[in-house]
Amino acid sequence: MNLRGAGVSPGIGTGPAYVLTGAVPEPPAGSTYEGPPEPERERAVAALGQVAGELEARGNRAGGEAKEILKAQALIAEDPGLVVGVKALIDEGIAAPRAVYQAFAKYRDMLVSAGGYLGERVADLDDIRDRVIARLTGHPLPAPPPVPGAGEPYVLIAVDLAPADTALLSKDAVAAFVTEAGGPTSHTAILSRAMGVPAVVACPGATEIPAGTRVLVDGNTGEVRLEPTESDIARHVSAHDARRRRMTTGGPGRTLDDFRVQLLANIGGPDDLDEALAAGAEGVGLYRTEFLFLGRTEAPSVAEQEAAYRAALAAFPGGKVVVRTLDAGADKPLAFLPSAAPEPNPALGERGLRLFERYPEVMAAQLEALSVAAAVNRSGAVRVSAAAAELQVMAPMVATAKEAHWFADACHARGLPQAGVMIEIPAAALRAESLVTVVDFVSIGTNDLAQYAFAADRHSAALGSLQDPWQPALLDLVAMTATAASDNGKPCGVCGESAADPAMACVLVGLGVSTLSMGAAALPAVRTGLGAHTLDQCQLAAQAARGAATAAHARAAARSHLPGLVELGL
Amino acid sequence: MAERKVTVAAEVGLHARPAATFVQTAVKAPMDITVSKGVSGQPVNGKSILQILGLDVRQGEDIVIKAEGEGADEVLDALAAIAGTP
Repeated sequence: MNLRGAGVSPGIGTGPAYVLTGAVPEPPAGSTYEGPPEPERERAVAALGQVAGELEARGNRAGGEAKEILKAQALIAEDPGLVVGVKALIDEGIAAPRAVYQAFAKYRDMLVSAGGYLGERVADLDDIRDRVIARLTGHPLPAPPPVPGAGEPYVLIAVDLAPADTALLSKDAVAAFVTEAGGPTSHTAILSRAMGVPAVVACPGATEIPAGTRVLVDGNTGEVRLEPTESDIARHVSAHDARRRRMTTGGPGRTLDDFRVQLLANIGGPDDLDEALAAGAEGVGLYRTEFLFLGRTEAPSVAEQEAAYRAALAAFPGGKVVVRTLDAGADKPLAFLPSAAPEPNPALGERGLRLFERYPEVMAAQLEALSVAAAVNRSGAVRVSAAAAELQVMAPMVATAKEAHWFADACHARGLPQAGVMIEIPAAALRAESLVTVVDFVSIGTNDLAQYAFAADRHSAALGSLQDPWQPALLDLVAMTATAASDNGKPCGVCGESAADPAMACVLVGLGVSTLSMGAAALPAVRTGLGAHTLDQCQLAAQAARGAATAAHARAAARSHLPGLVELGL
Repeated sequence: MAERKVTVAAEVGLHARPAATFVQTAVKAPMDITVSKGVSGQPVNGKSILQILGLDVRQGEDIVIKAEGEGADEVLDALAAIAGTP
């Protein structure tokens, strides 16, 4: 029998199954207590405080990421709203354990109905609740053994795991984690990655695995095999080794037939540079400069900006750094850059380049800082005989060729030779030909392009399917832009979420995109996926995707032309 | 009553670590602190991590933090700085 879930921490783990069961039972509804309410209230508050202390102490012992997570858990146990709720229920005559259960239920319902990231916090809340109830009722808490049982690490299986359970475990005790619930941002996923232990979450039926059964867990593919044979194990281990060997290979992005595609990182400030370098980025494809401006009462000085831009240039000698000018306004308003009037529809308001037309002095200062940063970096590079990074500057929220022309002129006048625009408004994609001729490059922001093309708020979870980067209409807009750029000999990048999906990255290359920029974490997988396919395969995949009627079909059709992805577990 | 309007800058929004840091700072203040999402949102207790999480504030969204009494400005400045940190 084999099960399948979502692999969230890479690697292969085998060992006997240890199934964590025996959850704390729900205290019966309508249970009451004897005597006055005061001692019952004190009992409940004391239990909440003890659990908070215990969680914090465990975090301090574990250190690192677990410490932060458990500290937040401790805050929940002592949440004033929760404490007030428990006391009020006890005052109504409800016994402490049931009062705790009901007070938690209110917040639990709130998280469940919010879904998504908040929904994945439900397991954490339940664990805190059960710990408090166990203290009040004397019920033993299930806990995984901190040392391997039969002399070898075990595979820990549970409906869900709380950080308090996993924080003090180590690689010596646990070969792998499997949970029935949870998602990629659940604490099991985060902590297992930090521990370097393979993990599969969202694996239905896992807790029915009989205790002691030998289990193989593939944290890449999400496969969970029972009673694996030696050859099963060897096959999974060698697939993982092959994947890891190729994943860790740095070097420039290229297809199997050596077609070069620059792989760049999206960064939000100098703090992100280390991660970008570690992931083998060839430069920065999207430097979001908002971080310098947000939360400020006045614009940062030229000198302050210059230092932040120069840090990125210095990190990539011989590489490329694409800086996006301030994308503020509307949903990211700045006190010193108010829009002309209140905006009922902020995503369609005065933001990005539009705001610069009202505040040209802010644009002038930013371009000045960029120009100085490039000059200082160049002279520094000459001193150490290194190649200086190439600075490119682009503007967000550009709708027309006239705006693009205005921005490019302003950059060129400041001694910034490489001026480009983001393509994120459908009008700009439709008239890409007239925009690319007045700028030096373009970069497609797929997230906003999807939002505006589908009239679907990117923050609306309910409209998520319209934000799917595989929507054929979005692919058409990307294709139009990339074709117009290459016809005019101008580079065309993509710096949205979609570049981070290895299959989509191949499709984008097939559509004619020349550089891909993404969160640093996605670079190794994209580099590997691209390196496993020829340009011809990428083009066929792109054609197939555009020929499909739905996003799901587009994805499936593209993947059928990219056989290397399955072999690599991507 | 003093107040600060601030745009939440962290990528995770006012969740996870930023939310915990915010509440850890708020509980140290002697006075009541309220937080609402946007200018017209329902205010919640700024010392309650569960209520803050329940606001579900995302990156780029505004919150209004209010407090009253001696030292309110210092407390609000500290909280606004946490919320405005990327």
